[in-house]
Amino acid sequence: MTHRPSRATLLFGLLAVAPLPAAAETGALVAQGCLGCHGPNGAGMGPVPALAGRDGAELRALMQAFRDGTRPATIMDRIARGYTEAEVAAAVEHFAGSR
Amino acid sequence: MSALTRRAALALLAAPALARAQGQARLVVVGGGFGGASAARFARLTAPEVAVTLIEPQPRFITCPYGNLVLGGLREMDTITFGYAGLVKLGVRVVQDRAVGIDPVARRVRLGGGESVEYDRLILSPGIALRWDAIEGYDEAAAQLMPHAWIAADGAQLRLLQRQLQAMPDGGVVGLAIPPNPFRCPPGPYERISMIAHWLKRHKPRAKILALDAKERFSKQPLFQDAWRALYGGMIEWVPGNVDGRVVQVDARARVLETELGTRHRVDVANVIPPQSAAAIALDSGLADRSGWVPVDYRSFEARNAPGIHVIGDANQPGPMPKSGFIANNSAKQAVASALAALRGAPPPEGVYFNTCYSHVAPDYGISIVGIFRPNADGSAVIEDRDGGGTSPRGDLPDQRRLEAGYADAWYESITADMFSDA
Repeated sequence: MTHRPSRATLLFGLLAVAPLPAAAETGALVAQGCLGCHGPNGAGMGPVPALAGRDGAELRALMQAFRDGTRPATIMDRIARGYTEAEVAAAVEHFAGSR
Repeated sequence: MSALTRRAALALLAAPALARAQGQARLVVVGGGFGGASAARFARLTAPEVAVTLIEPQPRFITCPYGNLVLGGLREMDTITFGYAGLVKLGVRVVQDRAVGIDPVARRVRLGGGESVEYDRLILSPGIALRWDAIEGYDEAAAQLMPHAWIAADGAQLRLLQRQLQAMPDGGVVGLAIPPNPFRCPPGPYERISMIAHWLKRHKPRAKILALDAKERFSKQPLFQDAWRALYGGMIEWVPGNVDGRVVQVDARARVLETELGTRHRVDVANVIPPQSAAAIALDSGLADRSGWVPVDYRSFEARNAPGIHVIGDANQPGPMPKSGFIANNSAKQAVASALAALRGAPPPEGVYFNTCYSHVAPDYGISIVGIFRPNADGSAVIEDRDGGGTSPRGDLPDQRRLEAGYADAWYESITADMFSDA
């Protein structure tokens, strides 16, 4: 799909008319939590890496590695274990589609 | 309170909560801090068709987070001070006035200046009030001698505490009075102890810190205490509640902190952090219950007794969630999404709430606590995820501490951008 929706559409698409599918809205809201450290729109901040525009499969694999402890971590292990696979997938979808 | 519920219920019957057919739907946000500024910005970014008004009396916002770093000499005040120009540029109507009353029937917020602002949905993020009746002798006048520095406002309290530390003799004692749960920023007093210790170690190495606590346990306690032993030797004495740590009375002129069993501690600088409640407007509007905090539906953060009013930030009853800037920012987005959903007659989106609180115990030495939370099915409780979350590991881990100090700074830059940035 080549269509790149605006950030607003991406988050809540056609709000006034019809809501986004639940998964997309959940993904957008889960992703909001990441922005607390990963910079505006997930663009990265200082030592904290960017999430926006990253490959979805790569992000999912990273989160899985943080979750099962196969990747060394300072804090992401504690975070990754707290989210369900569906929540991670929804957030990853959000970041993979944004830049 | 029951009158409010009844009136609010009548209002709901009389005026279905739908976006207005004529003109824009109006979202009004009270309070321009971590909850309110985040809500206003998020609403503009995600729902440009909605008119957003932010009501905040201060022209600038000084963050409580990183205020302790000012005391530690790691930051200057101007680096923790933010204006509302970015939000104005995003199209938020910023009204510099104090909200003094809410009429949930007319859906109107009354301002100190006499005007009022009408809303379709209200997001209330008013912060805390200090309970001036909780510690005998500790009133607003006493706070001019014994600063609390726990509500930033115009920064005067933090500056006062800083000046007192600078003026104190080497070999003097800094006393802190720390409240029982719940209160704003659970690790905050202990980060403050750490940052004051860091500053004293460099400038007044013979000074001591006497931390008088109403509690027996506190957030990130083993990590803080490990760091205190390693970095600050015998400088810090923490006295828990069960060893007569609870301050019940002060003599501000004599600089005496008196504990439950009548022990009088004379100190050179006293930082009294009193027990707290939701801010006045939440109490005056009957939104808070007898606990002094506002019960909410955790799916939408709507006040239990006032549909249409979402209460976020430190003013609500957060269950196991901390009263933190991160939770205020995160719940702001759920509240906005829920308010927008309600305007189109839809239920709130599924909620997952996230918190990370970093504390600095020294430069290049950061520790953290993480929590992931979800509301239960009927929104009556919020449950902490048991698989994830938790605190930094203990042990001699200099790389972990250094990285977390850097991540803390990234958090601060990120979250303040998420509140105030114009893009």
